[in-house]
Amino acid sequence: MTVKQISVFLENKPGRLSELTEVLSQNNIDMRALSLAEAADFGIVRLIVDDIYSASTVLKDADYIISITKVLAVEMPDEPGALSKAISVLGDNDVNIEYMYAFTTRKKGIAYMIFRVEDNEKAIRVLQQNGIRPVCQDELQSL
Amino acid sequence: MERYYQPEIECASRDQIRQWQSERLVKQVRNVWDNVPMYRKRMEETGVSPEDIQSVDDLYKLPFITKDDLRDEYPYGLLARPLNECVRIQSTSGTTGRRVVAFYTQHDIDLWEDCCARAITAAGGTKDDICHVSYGYGLFTGGPGLNGGSHKVGCLTLPMSSGNTDRQIQFMTDLGSTILCCTPSYAAYLAESIHEKGLQDQIKLKSGIFGAEAWTEEMRRDVEEKLGIKAYDIYGLTEISGPGVAFECSAQDGMHINEDHFIAEVINPKTGEVLPDGEKGELVFTSITKEAFPLLRYRTRDICILSREKCACGRTHVKMTKPLGRSDDMLIIKGVNVFPSQIETVLMNKGYAANYQIIVDRVNNSDTIEVQVEMTPEMFSDSLSVVANKEKELVAALKAMLGIYAKVKLVNPKTIARSEGKAVRVIDKRNLYQNK
Repeated sequence: MTVKQISVFLENKPGRLSELTEVLSQNNIDMRALSLAEAADFGIVRLIVDDIYSASTVLKDADYIISITKVLAVEMPDEPGALSKAISVLGDNDVNIEYMYAFTTRKKGIAYMIFRVEDNEKAIRVLQQNGIRPVCQDELQSL
Repeated sequence: MERYYQPEIECASRDQIRQWQSERLVKQVRNVWDNVPMYRKRMEETGVSPEDIQSVDDLYKLPFITKDDLRDEYPYGLLARPLNECVRIQSTSGTTGRRVVAFYTQHDIDLWEDCCARAITAAGGTKDDICHVSYGYGLFTGGPGLNGGSHKVGCLTLPMSSGNTDRQIQFMTDLGSTILCCTPSYAAYLAESIHEKGLQDQIKLKSGIFGAEAWTEEMRRDVEEKLGIKAYDIYGLTEISGPGVAFECSAQDGMHINEDHFIAEVINPKTGEVLPDGEKGELVFTSITKEAFPLLRYRTRDICILSREKCACGRTHVKMTKPLGRSDDMLIIKGVNVFPSQIETVLMNKGYAANYQIIVDRVNNSDTIEVQVEMTPEMFSDSLSVVANKEKELVAALKAMLGIYAKVKLVNPKTIARSEGKAVRVIDKRNLYQNK
């Protein structure tokens, strides 16, 4: 019930991000979500893509340093309070969120939240117990 | 009028200097042959015995020694006197791995302080002066050397040590310091701070003695103008004694080497051949009066030119130019000796790629060093804090190795230029060495 996220190391320098998106677009990689975390001199771009295998291959071929991490993609109604509920379920059960970001798809009225937590199994369990649905990789690809 | 601390020595005839050098050299060679096993072994390997050294003309027969030898013999291998006759240890700036430890008898300290006293007197120092010493005190020779020299001259000595600029300026204005001793970059920084505070009219400095790192004529003029002083260069190295091996006079055109204590040669760094005066080469010193830690033909790796032309100041001792470069890859950053190999060792130990680049610059008169390292898959993580922590660990390891802060910059793989032959590991943007 997890999805794979690709993280890419980027030196903090003008043009580096556009080079990355250029590589992805030239190879027809469709992105579902992107988030950027920055430190003083470098950044980490986190991507959710349809085709994890081809995306990681083209990035490695282009000499990017990448890392693949299993994260949670949680489906929720695109309405006020939905995110808050998911977060309180995790918090109440001592699941620490390292980072998170959101995206939507063509599916009307539904939003997705990516959660990076330490213990995926526990997070999935407590979310499901509270009627919140993490989606799996296949499902994400078919969206 | 030019002042001298020891006029009979500083202005002695060339013949007299030569005679001192020959007598002392012969004695020193016998001394190390008898007391330092490494020297005897080296001389035997080279096929020289003490009898072969009759005057300075025979100096070329002796083998060279290098910093590596000093490291191999660490700590006591090169001692020529029993340890209980030694009263002081000093050490080269902040580097581990290549640390050099030098020993001094009381007599050695005396002579070293005489050399510093000559420098202070040449910079106009008398017993009426207040000598403000902002070199670091401790293992570094800068503070102790100038401090001792200042005492000998009879100046009122302010042992400020380095750092705490506000306090430096306060003492300088409250007590009326007249001579400032520090690194040239710190002098420039002090000058700027004094101007920022608008205190330039409240300082009484007349001269400055600035050494331990390379500086340009532009920097000299800038500091002279800002502080209203005459700025004098001073040269030295811990291995030979410390500051005061050579010092500048009023002519401000090269530094007089204290030839009654140190014999200077300039050699071709590739062949070891001794070069005539006026030719550029590596400076080599022989300490002929040192008791505890005498060095024969020690290769400094500093590139310079010697001149015996008559100097307007009246001193007769040979003059050396400012160092014009190095014959090895050592960098001097904030007065601290840094070898790229030390940085490489840290990177390897921490699991980084061997591909790196060192960028040295001078920003606001202070040296900066940045180590650019290519990111590797092993070092990378999706978590910002994990990567940032690894970066911090590397900064800490570099600090432990070098003794100074080096900024770390993680860069994309394959962005550091690879060359076919020798990689360009160091980019020094300071342009400190003027080409003569």
